[in-house]
Parts: sequence; structure tokens; C-alpha cells
Amino acid sequence: MKLPVFLEPYVALVKGVNPKDNATLIFRQLGLPVVGLLVFMMVWSGAAKNIETSLGNFPGPVEVYNQFTNLVDEHQAEKEKAQAFFERQQARNEARMAQDPDFVSTIRPYTGAPTFFDQIKTSLFTVFTAFVIGSLIAIPIGILIGMSDGLYRAVNPIIQLFKPVSPLAWLPLVTLVVSALYISESPMFQTAFIVSAITVLLSSIWSTIINTAVGVATVSKDLLNVSKVLNLNAWTHVTKILIPSAIPMIFTGLRISLGIAWMVLIAAEMLSQSPGLGKFIWDQFQNGSSESMSRIMVAVLVIGLIGFFLDRLMLLLQKTVSWDKSAVLR
Amino acid sequence: MDAYLELTDVEIAFPTPTVPFVAIQNINLKIKQGEFISLIGHSGCGKSTVLNIVAGLYQATKGGVILEGKEVDQPGPERAVVFQNHSLLPWLTAYQNVELAVKQVMKKASKAEVKDWIEHNLKLVHMDHAMHKRPDELSGGMKQRVGIARALSMQPKVLLMDEPFGALDALTRAHLQDSLMEIQNELNNTVIMITHDVDEAVLLSDRIVMMTNGPGATIGEIAEINLPRPRNRVVLTEDAAYNHYRQQVLSFLYEKQAKVEL
Ligand SMILES: Nc1ncnc2c1ncn2[C@@H]1O[C@H](COP(=O)(O)OP(=O)(O)OP(=O)(O)O)[C@@H](O)[C@H]1O
Ligand SMILES: [Mg+2]
Repeated sequence: MKLPVFLEPYVALVKGVNPKDNATLIFRQLGLPVVGLLVFMMVWSGAAKNIETSLGNFPGPVEVYNQFTNLVDEHQAEKEKAQAFFERQQARNEARMAQDPDFVSTIRPYTGAPTFFDQIKTSLFTVFTAFVIGSLIAIPIGILIGMSDGLYRAVNPIIQLFKPVSPLAWLPLVTLVVSALYISESPMFQTAFIVSAITVLLSSIWSTIINTAVGVATVSKDLLNVSKVLNLNAWTHVTKILIPSAIPMIFTGLRISLGIAWMVLIAAEMLSQSPGLGKFIWDQFQNGSSESMSRIMVAVLVIGLIGFFLDRLMLLLQKTVSWDKSAVLR
Repeated sequence: MDAYLELTDVEIAFPTPTVPFVAIQNINLKIKQGEFISLIGHSGCGKSTVLNIVAGLYQATKGGVILEGKEVDQPGPERAVVFQNHSLLPWLTAYQNVELAVKQVMKKASKAEVKDWIEHNLKLVHMDHAMHKRPDELSGGMKQRVGIARALSMQPKVLLMDEPFGALDALTRAHLQDSLMEIQNELNNTVIMITHDVDEAVLLSDRIVMMTNGPGATIGEIAEINLPRPRNRVVLTEDAAYNHYRQQVLSFLYEKQAKVEL
């Protein structure tokens, strides 16, 4: 079995090979990030003590950690309540069935308040929906634009115009349009979900479009000539020549888009009151209890962590689909 | 002479903001089936341009190209091109690169036939041992071999080669030249090859077409190389006729068309 490269110095150190070099290497790999984190914690708790707000001191690491465990406990309590609620219903329904065999049982949904972790799930679901639909729109458009110099020139100014628009500017318009158009008897999705998903989509697709287009437009002239000499049809041309060439650029675009999507989502949820982490923060802010600031700080850290993992996830995906396994991706 | 491929009064003018830039003009050439033609001339004179017009990648602004009685107006697999820098798709293996071409010309063939044909062509260029390697795992000479296999696999009416061995070291180049002569002996393709190398031109060609300097380059001289085949590079170095042909081309390039360095 081949060991991952980052484990090699540890193995070497255990075996006693080059102890000095390997210790230095381990310190650089593991020690330095830990030192950075410790210094950050110290600065944070030091600064926090000196910031007085209307809700008391700014939370330091310890308060934030405590609130995190509280949030976990609340989540578990809520789950147990829900479990109990369904069990009660089940028991009641069975009892009625025993008396009256014609009775048609219905299960009513549990309507407790969503916990912090429910909000995370909602946010992740929204961002994925928006990102997947956005990419399915953006990549084909990018390829089309990239294939034609004329089209690129025609469309580029429009993209450059919309790219820097803040999601907050889109939100009121999207809200109005969605509430006017999305009227159904039993809506499959909440209007608020659709509003935030569309806002995220509108703010995040531009990077993917432009990067895909540039990737396709810069495909080597030689490969285009090969395609012409072989008389490849449009489909083969796109799948065998254009997309593989443009894959690195497409992924650069996708990663930027996903980053933006995640950032925009929090703001959109906050403003549109649609469920998710943004709403959690907003509710805590409105709540104004002594715990609020710590809870918001938990949310801030979780948002950062999720954003980081989303980017790593894209990187992993890029590594699996990219043909050049030797390329250094970071 | 019955022309298989015929270039008549070919001229191309590239558009510029001021006056159009006439790169080549008055190119007249008749090529027989199975003939091996070399195009030689100084850098920038318009050799690639001529080749690209025959390939259909450029359109002549005046005159035209006729292949087997049909006018050439677009690229197609019956005029396969071996590009200078191999131009293999880096994400496909040698086998898959050839496959892409074979699937274009053998649309009705069965899977087994296609596979046989791909392997046959890779064998022809002695690349069957590394069929499933990607271009970045192959040496320069091997990549060029795959490029040639890809072109040959299309069974083109004309094989167009733009400095196919230009980027290779002398030993690898000699090797590939020998391979090419072997293949040519077997298949008897009609070939137009661009080269900078006088020895290569004399060794391989039936005729050497020497181009004058641009702009407005045209055909200066044509040398018929009447050396018996198969040709052996070592034996030929002592051959008076061979040295005479070499001298003729060298004199054209370095005396009559001496490039004025600016
Ligand atoms: N697409 C184009 N647009 C404008 N000018 C061009 C174009 N292609 C070639 N030229 C010009 O035509 C002339 C001939 O170019 P070409 O590439 O045919 O030369 P070449 O003989 O193949 O040179 P080399 O031996 O260096 O490959 C050059 O002056 C070049 O600048
Ligand atoms: Mg050239």
C-alpha cells in the first residue's frame, strides 16, 4: 500500500530516518497551523474582553464553545420531542383503527421550531439547488459564447455588467417577480426558498459563464484544426475537444461561483426571512439575549467552515474528472 | 502528365488594416498519384500556407486546388494532416487518438474491425507497445509516430505533413524517416511534406518544390529526384547523383534565395 505523501515524514520519524529534517517538516506541516490558531484564539479572547456592547461583553472562544454545545443539546431535545410526537400519533391512530376498521389514518407533520442544525441543512440544500441549476445553465452558455468570437463580444459587456451586482439589489425584484408568478394551490417549495435560490443563482452564475467561455475560446488552434480535418460533428467536437480543454477553467469558474453562492445565500436568507443560517443569525440578532452574540459567533464559524469544505469538495471533484492527474491543484 | 492533385494559380491575401498581405501567389503544381513531394523554403515564406490551402483550412483568394477532379473547399479526412507539434489530444491515449480518426472514416465497420484497424496502424509506426499511454507519457518521436498513425488510419487520398520531424533530434528523425520510407513503400500514398532539412528532402522525395522568399512567394525551382528506391542514407552519402541534388537545393536556398537577415 502506498502512503499519502503527507504521512511520509511521520513514518520516517518513527523509523528514525533523518530525524532532524523530518521533525522540521512536521513542524511546518502541522506545527505552524496550530501555532497560528492558538495565537488567533489568544488575540480573540483578549480583544473580546475589551469590547462592551449593549448585550454584554463580546463572546470569547469559551462562550462560543459553550453555546455550540447548547445548540447541540437543543437540537437533540427537539428531535426527541418530534419523535415523541410521532409516536403519540401512531398510538392514537392504532387505537382508532382497532375500534373502527374503516378509519383512514393521517399523520400530521411536526411543527416545532427549526434548530440550528436544521437551518444548516436548509441552507446547504438551497445552495446546492441554486448551484447545480446555475451550473447547468452557465456551462452550456459559456461553451456557446466561447465557441463564437462574435457572440463573446456581444454578450461579454452584459455579463460584466451583471457580475458585480450585489444580491441585495436583486432580492426585492426577485421577491416581487416570484410572488407574482409562482402561485400554486399546494406549492412544492416555499416561496422564500425559491426567492433565495434564484437570488443566489443570479449572483453566482456569471463567473462560471465567463470562465467557461474563456476556457473554450482559448482552446489550442492546432486542436481545432484537428477537429476540422477529422470532420468531427458538433457533439463530438464539444465533448472530445472543447470540454476537456476547458475543464480547468470551468472548475475555476465553478469554485468562484460556489464561494459566491454560499456568501450570497446567507445575506439572502437574512433579508428575505427564508429559513436557513441567515435567518438564524437574524433571529438571534432580534432576540437580543445575552446568548445571542455567542450564538451568532457560532454561526459565523460554521459558515466559514462549510464554505471551506464546499471549496475542498469542488477541488476533489476537479481532481476526479480532470485528465491531467499530475497537475497541481490548489 | 495526369494530375491527381492540381494547384492552379493559387494566391492568398490575408486581410490587414491597410492593404491585404499577399503571402503566396502564382502557385502552379501538378502532382501524380503516389508521388512524394517536399516543399522547402526559408522560414515564413508560406509553406504552411500552401499546405493549409490544400488541407482546406485556408481558402485561396485566387485560383484553387483540385483533387481527383473535385474542387477542395473545406477540410476533410481524405486530406489528412500531420501537424508539426503532433497535435494529439492530451487527454486521450495513443489508441484513443487514432480511434477518434478511425471512427470518422469507418462509420459502418464493426467494433472488431475498428479495433483491428487502429492496432494495425499503430503497428505500422511501431507504436503497438505503448498504445494505451497518454501523450504526456510518450517521447517526442513517439508522439509524432502516433500523429502519423492517426493520419494514415484515415486512408487519405493525400497525406499532408507540416515539418513532421522538425522538433526531433537527429537520431530520432533519421529513425522516423526510415519508418516513413518503409510505410510509403508499402502504401504508396500521395504525400506533400514541408521540411527545412535538405538531406531529408532529397532522401524522401520524388520531387522537391523550392519556394522563393515572401511576401508574394511562389515556386522557384522544382528538382526531380531520380534515385532508385529503396534508398539507404548511408550508401547515398557516397552517391554522386545524391550529392548533386543536395547541392542543387542548397544553392537555391543559400545563393539564389539567400535570406537577407534584417
Ligand atoms: N492567418 C494568417 N493571417 C495573416 N498572415 C498570415 C496567416 N498565416 C500566415 N500568415 C503570413 O504568411 C506568411 C507565410 O506564413 P507560413 O506560416 O505559411 O510560413 P512558413 O513557410 O510555414 O514558415 P515556417 O517555416 O516558419 O513554418 C508569413 O508572413 C505569415 O506572417
Ligand atoms: Mg510553417
